Amino acid sequence: MSTVETRALTKVFSEVPAVNGIDLMAQEGEFLVLVGPSGCGKTTLMRMIAGLEEPTSGKILIGQRDVTALPPRTRNIAMVFQSYALYPHLSVYRNIAFPLRARGADRRTIAEKVRWAAGMFGIERLLARKPRQLSGGERQRVALARAVVRQPLAFLLDEPLSNLDAKLRTLARDELKQFQRRIGTTTIYVTHDQIEAMGLGDRIAVLSEGRVRQIGTPREIYSDPADTFVATFMGSPPMNLTESDGVLLGFRPESLMPKSAAIAFSAVTIPMRITRIEYLGADCLIYGVLQPPFPEGPAIVRTGAGGPPPCAPGDLYEFSVEEPDLKRFDRGTGLRCNSPRGERERHHRR
Amino acid sequence: MNATIDGDAVEPQDGGRRIHFLDDRLWLGRLMLAPAIVYIVALVGFPFVLAIIYSLSNVTVGSEGFHFVGLANFRQLVNSPQFWVAVKNTIFFTVVSQIAVIVLANILAMALLKDFPGKWLVRLLILLPWVAPISLGSIAWLWMLDPIYSIFNWVLRAVGWLGPNGRYIWLGQPDLAMASIIVVDVWRLLPLATVIILAGLSSIPKDLLEAAAIDGAGVVRRTFEIAMPLLLPIMLVAVLFGVVFTVTDLIVVFVLTRGGPFNSTQVLASWAYFTGIDSGDLATGAAISLFLFPVLVAIAVVLLRIAKRTELT
Repeated sequence: MSTVETRALTKVFSEVPAVNGIDLMAQEGEFLVLVGPSGCGKTTLMRMIAGLEEPTSGKILIGQRDVTALPPRTRNIAMVFQSYALYPHLSVYRNIAFPLRARGADRRTIAEKVRWAAGMFGIERLLARKPRQLSGGERQRVALARAVVRQPLAFLLDEPLSNLDAKLRTLARDELKQFQRRIGTTTIYVTHDQIEAMGLGDRIAVLSEGRVRQIGTPREIYSDPADTFVATFMGSPPMNLTESDGVLLGFRPESLMPKSAAIAFSAVTIPMRITRIEYLGADCLIYGVLQPPFPEGPAIVRTGAGGPPPCAPGDLYEFSVEEPDLKRFDRGTGLRCNSPRGERERHHRR
Repeated sequence: MNATIDGDAVEPQDGGRRIHFLDDRLWLGRLMLAPAIVYIVALVGFPFVLAIIYSLSNVTVGSEGFHFVGLANFRQLVNSPQFWVAVKNTIFFTVVSQIAVIVLANILAMALLKDFPGKWLVRLLILLPWVAPISLGSIAWLWMLDPIYSIFNWVLRAVGWLGPNGRYIWLGQPDLAMASIIVVDVWRLLPLATVIILAGLSSIPKDLLEAAAIDGAGVVRRTFEIAMPLLLPIMLVAVLFGVVFTVTDLIVVFVLTRGGPFNSTQVLASWAYFTGIDSGDLATGAAISLFLFPVLVAIAVVLLRIAKRTELT
């Protein structure tokens, strides 16, 4: 168990910065998720921490030790690849044993530890099989067992759930989180899936264009986004944005409620022309176009599916949002202007 | 295209009886395969059958008649000491040159996998022996190995290995002659093996080698425990090609040593040529050349089986 830290870490690929001066600190035992769209630099950042990519500048510290110039094998970290990267010619047993053999462990220790790691993921009965004889979920468990077996200082996980089908993914997410809690090893997890990020992370770092836009707990990121990028990237459907009084006004689809239901005095009325209603089982999405005093633009409302939607397509309907749920962003920079946290993040990034 | 349009235009008048045969997948397939089949039958199948017939006869270049003699030619061969010398030479020549080819091709392919300035030039130079006609290359080697003009002797004298008048008779001493034909064969087959292994190496997922590096494996372990086993099926294909080319080829021996000195470099292919064509004994020549056929088939079957078994999907 150990901290993982990057200091002003930069990677430039043929004059294009993929990672641009990132300062990041994963605390001991923390589950830190790096989330962002494709090409935001999250995988490059992880590969630099693993030692697979050489930084252009900056430092990487694992357990306070500067490992920037060290090869991957001396960093004592484990990585699970998106493809799982199981050695196809080796049995599951020998796959899991590989890191131990590479470190020169004796036969008895290897046997003990492989059984322990396999037991942790319930794959003892698969030990004699070859990777090609395993299902996607089983391969993922083998990859995790191989990562865990030598008790590394930190885990790096590169979208390990993206090859699983939707149903299995939810289950695997839960198992992954429980497993990390149990062994308490510092974990850095890369994903482009914001639901995975919200569900797994103790803290989330939202990346875009090689920079960290915001670091915080899932709750902070969701309800206190530092800028319009974070506001619209996290959450599905994304935060609605419109202009009002010279600022960008943001509100989550679920914070809109029928005006008649609003009780707070400080609520803002949002008139909308309803265009479509989507019934999704657990909830209901109402698509519409904002009406004056707001500039015309699309907006989405999420309501519980308990009762019928309060309106029908074609209706002009008034929703309202309570003041605490309104986020204001600078029109030019996209940064938050009404949150002390926003201020802090902005300062931090500088 | 025109034919199809014409066919369509004519069709209604013929009541649909004349379907253009190029539109028929069955006939089109047969037509496309025909050149290859004609080529194989004419240039491989026919001579092969002829060789079998000859080997069971007493036919010579000058003979007019044809007498079936059964396996007499083969019996005579097995009892001839020269035949066993040729068998031994063929095996030694093939095994040593293939070991060298595989080791060197692996090293070269790994070097060529990395990016470095002038990589295209190195690739071109490596491919050159394969592109150049074998006979031309062999003649160039003949000069380089010449007892008087040999550039190797010249270099060895220049570095002081040999005295001012010292020289190696590269193609005139049994051990040096064998070494020389092995070197030339390796030079000739290395490009193909390198290209095959390079293709195999680039098909190994980068993730696997990176995972091994993170798992704590150094270069040696990564190479021998991850890359090599994954490369094995394709390496066996390279070995198979190499073995077949080496065993069946006579040009290197023919140009450089003509089997000498004292048959020390005589291989089955060259001996078959000298016996069948130069000496005119077609029947014995055919028998010699057929001798390795079952052995080669067995080698091919074994190698392809191993390749299939180790194939990973």
